[in-house]
Amino acid sequence: MSDTHKPKLAVWKFASCDGCQLSLLDCEDELLAVAGAVDIAYFPEATRRMDGGPYDLSLVEGSITTPHDAERIQAIRKVSKTLVTIGACATSGGIQALRNFRDVKAFTSLVYAHPAYIDTLAQSTPIAEHVKVDFELRGCPINKAQLVEVISAFLNQRKPLVPHHSVCVECKLKEQVCVMVAHQTPCLGPVTQAGCGALCPGFARGCYGCFGPKESPNTSSIAQQWREMGASEQQILQAFRGINGYSEAFRVESERIEKRLHPSDDPKTP
Amino acid sequence: MPYRLDASSLQTLFENLKARGYDLLGPQRKDQAIVYDTLESVEDLPQGWTDEQEAGHYKLKRRDDDAYFGYVVGPRSWKRVFLPPRKRLWTATQKDGQLSLEEEPLPSQPIALIGVRSCEIHAIAIQDRVLLEGPHPDPYYAAMRAQSFIVAVNCTQSAATCFCTSMDTGPGATFGFDLAMTEIMEPEHIFVLEAGSPKGRELLADMDLENATDLQQAHAKAGIEQARQQIKRELPQDGLKDLLYQSFEHTHWDDIASRCLSCANCTMVCPTCFCTEMEDVTDLTGDHAERWQRWDSCFHESFTHVHGGSVRQSTRSRYRQWLTHKLASWLDQFGTTGCVGCGRCITWCPAGIDLTAEVKAFRDSERK
Ligand code: SF4
Ligand code: SF4
Ligand code: SF4
Repeated sequence: MSDTHKPKLAVWKFASCDGCQLSLLDCEDELLAVAGAVDIAYFPEATRRMDGGPYDLSLVEGSITTPHDAERIQAIRKVSKTLVTIGACATSGGIQALRNFRDVKAFTSLVYAHPAYIDTLAQSTPIAEHVKVDFELRGCPINKAQLVEVISAFLNQRKPLVPHHSVCVECKLKEQVCVMVAHQTPCLGPVTQAGCGALCPGFARGCYGCFGPKESPNTSSIAQQWREMGASEQQILQAFRGINGYSEAFRVESERIEKRLHPSDDPKTP
Repeated sequence: MPYRLDASSLQTLFENLKARGYDLLGPQRKDQAIVYDTLESVEDLPQGWTDEQEAGHYKLKRRDDDAYFGYVVGPRSWKRVFLPPRKRLWTATQKDGQLSLEEEPLPSQPIALIGVRSCEIHAIAIQDRVLLEGPHPDPYYAAMRAQSFIVAVNCTQSAATCFCTSMDTGPGATFGFDLAMTEIMEPEHIFVLEAGSPKGRELLADMDLENATDLQQAHAKAGIEQARQQIKRELPQDGLKDLLYQSFEHTHWDDIASRCLSCANCTMVCPTCFCTEMEDVTDLTGDHAERWQRWDSCFHESFTHVHGGSVRQSTRSRYRQWLTHKLASWLDQFGTTGCVGCGRCITWCPAGIDLTAEVKAFRDSERK
């Protein structure tokens, strides 16, 4: 079959660690099938081929942190029929969105010898704040099985099977013992979207919230549970202000906790 | 006529079951909890351990004796056997324009459930009603039920989260078992054994056991009575259905919703909750498709998804559905309550929400 019959796939990178793109390369078993099913037209991480658009499916990794990137994503949207964002950076702003809670100018003057050369935005924002996104695949990194599922769903023109329920459901389907209840280990599983297969609780650790808030997340209640288990306000603040710290539910909760911690502070000083 | 089995001979019961072709499932220690899984021998049992349970709290502790069954129910229930968390129903393959469907074969390995508590027998009976006795019996469930052998253990102690006495479901087993045993430590460490079915009677006859003495039987009875006396939690049944129906717009649902995580842990651990979701997947080529069944929950937004969105958007409406279905509309639907008082949803709720306390709050506000 000639490549012209296959949907054209492009993979784009913005501010990110490349881990999510690597998940695609890491699909050893499925990669040949993916390569057979789509025409990988643009994927600098994997191939030197750089075919022009339009593309049937664009996978976008990373967040928008510079004026240049803010323009680039507009151009990518224009040449993409379907645009899917992959990973915590692209869907919530990523760990680099911690800057959003502080003054980025103060950071650059601390970190760089010549801050004048740094052209960066005040905030790291998810792709969906800039362009219309057709589907958001969460995770830090994304789960490769979910990525293959999203591509399969796209190819077969069906809805991707990516549940929005809690990590707890995966934890229970795998019949793991709850670390909150049985070990008194604080866990973000009850407010975090499934996707990882409840990996950390399976190793007797609490969930770090890599897949961002689940649908209807009761962040105040889980914060209260953590408190009752002896976690400090600082620990709870840091738990919400992680990889998905700028996602709305986690952000609102962390700001609430910050107010409790520093009622009079100006949050804009680093 | 009850028989006696020396605690040191428990393995012979296991051997007898194995010789009849059963795989054994039963309690064992794993990741600081007592869970049901494959048992090889009595060595796997959590001998000398007990559990301490409270709302949102579970802890294993050493006992000061060598009891084999000196604890109550843990996070897993027997529904994992009859209604597994995930199972494939069929696969479809497309080849040369031909579509072929292959149903998943039904299980054929008989299993013996060791250490089933009275509340759990009631839970199995409730699931039987829903999954076996309805108009569309679940074939997998039916096959597993037909091949299972139930060894009940009468509770001689209860946890703080147990309330079987309110639900009339324990602590002693009265039906639904092939064998029932009561473990006693005095005057000596033995099991008082009783058959509850032809299969059970046949097995006991083969084991050629001595009769239990009157004293041993009295100790067994006293053990069960002790469990009953220890139970402090209550869920009074009088007028409960009407109370919940009348509380539909009560503000207390908002109070619960401020704590409820809608994480679905309560429904996952509940031995009577039976809701499942169908998941269809294809591979990249579209030539291969599978349908899976997995546990679902009324706490999920997707549970009531219809064209245009979810009917139960708020956690308030989801918790209300769960509690009202369990304790009220279940009666109208299936002629039985949906709760057996095992306390799992209380213990395994990460926010420690206790349905008995919530029902009491509704009652108290009504009295005012
Ligand atoms: S360990 Fe965490 S993810 Fe698992 S059930 Fe408990 S709270 Fe939920
Ligand atoms: S509702 Fe709770 S106490 Fe009742 S059977 Fe289910 S898990 Fe047990
Ligand atoms: S609820 Fe009753 S029957 Fe069930 S474990 Fe507790 S004491 Fe035993």
